Amino acid sequence: MSKPVINWFRYASPLTFYPLAGRLIPWFWTLAAIFGVLGLTIGFLLAPTDAQQGEGYRIIFLHVPASWMSMFIYLVMAFWAAIGLAFNFRLSGMMASALAPTGALFAFLSLWTGALWGKPMWGTWWVWDARLTSELILLFLYIGFIALQASIDDPRRADKAGAILALVGVVNVPIIYFSVQWWNTLHQGASVSLTRAPSMARLMLWGMLLCTLACWMYSIAIALMRVRTIMLERERHTDWVRELLADKE
Amino acid sequence: MPGMHWNSLADFLAMGNHGLYVWGSLAVMALLMLAEPLLLLQDRKKLVTRLKQQYRAERTEARRKRETASRRSPD
Repeated sequence: MSKPVINWFRYASPLTFYPLAGRLIPWFWTLAAIFGVLGLTIGFLLAPTDAQQGEGYRIIFLHVPASWMSMFIYLVMAFWAAIGLAFNFRLSGMMASALAPTGALFAFLSLWTGALWGKPMWGTWWVWDARLTSELILLFLYIGFIALQASIDDPRRADKAGAILALVGVVNVPIIYFSVQWWNTLHQGASVSLTRAPSMARLMLWGMLLCTLACWMYSIAIALMRVRTIMLERERHTDWVRELLADKE
Repeated sequence: MPGMHWNSLADFLAMGNHGLYVWGSLAVMALLMLAEPLLLLQDRKKLVTRLKQQYRAERTEARRKRETASRRSPD
């Protein structure tokens, strides 16, 4: 399937994308730092004590952004995988590969911060309930995707195999998200409720929102960095990579 | 700082007896989110070095072939 989709192909071409990504990366790092400092300041210095959970609830400013990112990155990865299968753009497979390790990182952090939150609040690090188990499966899906791609030498075939795994696994994301509604789980529902005293809830919400934005910017910056490295590696036989590296000497 | 929630540094560090859990979460998250970009930069540097070496070797090889060919050609 290599129809000449000229316009799209230009933007999806590594030759165009590589320098563009390079220019964008510092901006995303700057935004990540600004949002991170603001979010953590609000969350750890300004936000009031939670009525039920005391100070331990502050893990929310880490746990919720990490969990959201772990799910969202998977959706974006599956999106690129689907685009790659449908149109066979070189860029889409590279994007999916660039996202997987960061998604796995956030899935791990979600489980780690969740365990450290569960111990003081529930009295246990881990329980096999729907929310926790489906998040663990998400981590395994990421690891499976990375391992599968690493085991296939031909990058095009690795992309295809990875894409199918990513698309099959995408069903897990709504399961994680709705698990607290569908099943009776130990995991709480929405932690920050707008029905509490408004000033309190608003400050907590802002902290969480800013920390989430920081994780977003981080993920974009990291994905762009990684995709650039993948491009150099995969396109090492092309003239543009040769010229690029020759200039640097 | 206006609106500061804590009365003392000790209070802040204790996190209402949940210090270990809260700081354990923050420390691991910060560590991994610093390590990931640093490892990526390192990978990239290694790759660039490797590719430059490879290109240099290819150029040397090409030059050697050209010279061998030109030495034979006068006849």
